[in-house]
Amino acid sequence: MKINVTINGQAHEADVEPRLLLVHLIRDVVGLTGTHVGCETSICGACTVHLNGRAVKSCTVLAVQANGAEVTTIEGLANNGQLHAVQEGFWECHGLQCGYCTPGMIMASCALLKDNPNPSEGEIRHGLEGNLCRCTGYQNIVESVKYAANKLQGA
Amino acid sequence: MRAYLPAYDLQTPANLAEALRLLADAPGVWKPFAGGTDLMVLLEAGKLAHKQFISLWHLPELRGISITDDSITLGAMTTYSQVQTHPILQREFPLLCQAASWTGSVAIQNRGTIGGNIANASPAADSLPALLVYEAELELVSARGARWVSYQSFHTGYKQMAMRSDELIKAIRLPRTTNQWIQHSRKVGTRKAQAISKVCIAALAKIENNTIHDIRLAFGSVAPGPLRCVQTEAVLKSRAIDDATIKDARSALAAELTPIDDIRSTAEYRLRVAGNLLAEFLAGNGIDFHSDR
Repeated sequence: MKINVTINGQAHEADVEPRLLLVHLIRDVVGLTGTHVGCETSICGACTVHLNGRAVKSCTVLAVQANGAEVTTIEGLANNGQLHAVQEGFWECHGLQCGYCTPGMIMASCALLKDNPNPSEGEIRHGLEGNLCRCTGYQNIVESVKYAANKLQGA
Repeated sequence: MRAYLPAYDLQTPANLAEALRLLADAPGVWKPFAGGTDLMVLLEAGKLAHKQFISLWHLPELRGISITDDSITLGAMTTYSQVQTHPILQREFPLLCQAASWTGSVAIQNRGTIGGNIANASPAADSLPALLVYEAELELVSARGARWVSYQSFHTGYKQMAMRSDELIKAIRLPRTTNQWIQHSRKVGTRKAQAISKVCIAALAKIENNTIHDIRLAFGSVAPGPLRCVQTEAVLKSRAIDDATIKDARSALAAELTPIDDIRSTAEYRLRVAGNLLAEFLAGNGIDFHSDR
């Protein structure tokens, strides 16, 4: 099936099988490997990207269901080499160790801050419930999101 | 787990009429596919037998929330995220909003739909007990026309529905009649997010001077489908809330539920916790309650 998907502002046309997952379109067809494949069952959140501005788990979205949509991946966040505030937060607050969950964690955090620019700790934890990290114990991830919230609000 | 799926056919009809024509031409062949939050997991695990799917996600006729003085109507493709952020649903149908917020996690709530939750017909579905106590109605459409049915009698067995193979759920209508009722829900699972419930309750009641004037109770994960507990309701109507009432309610509930042992829990645990959830609701809204449950 022919589909048109805009990924990080760039239009892509592809002829794909109905079974192709969005995450495999992003990684294998378009070649953006920053989005990770983890559990493939919608649990871990490593594959989180934005589909028309909303966070989704791209391992359980079909590429054909993204036809006509805009997708943002981790590669689409930095602007001319300048890290996005959430990326900077994860850097500054040591929000990662092995890094496997990080792209998904950052995409989920960006979506959270878009809906709620000044979240409480509880709201941050609720917003990231669907993203698993087996290294950090989450404390520094929450700090990273707080850092980004402050930065984005000019504090 | 498979990294790549076996091949199958998927159609993305441009509009509802086209989707209904596909269903009419080959009834039972096509499996409707909404947000895919449950189907994708089964598909990737190789556990989904259907080889032909129709994607409904993009159909404009199945979207949107409309409001009249008497009711609020949700397009079947209304997502859990849209449910939670709608001001009238927040105010008048909090049980549905709570259930939506318990489903999966944010990224899943952005894809999962109320219509998909109904048609997937899981006994553990989070939003269905709420739809039962709100006495929702469903609009079913086919190439032959449209009809409204009561949701109360929709689930007829495990994954069985009172719906023909050429029909789709188009909309869900909620009567705006329960705003003044006491509303309560709770989910018991292994964790708050990303967990399928072991037991969940949705309850509405009109209680004055410690007397139950009216009550509606529904449970998830304790029967082949989501269950409205009419016999337990009958036992509770017109009763004062005291230890004897709660004891009778527990007995009636135990007789009405048919939980099973599965990977998430046991029948014994589910029965015990369902009784506790009901007692918690009644006790929380009664006076002079001293039960030693």
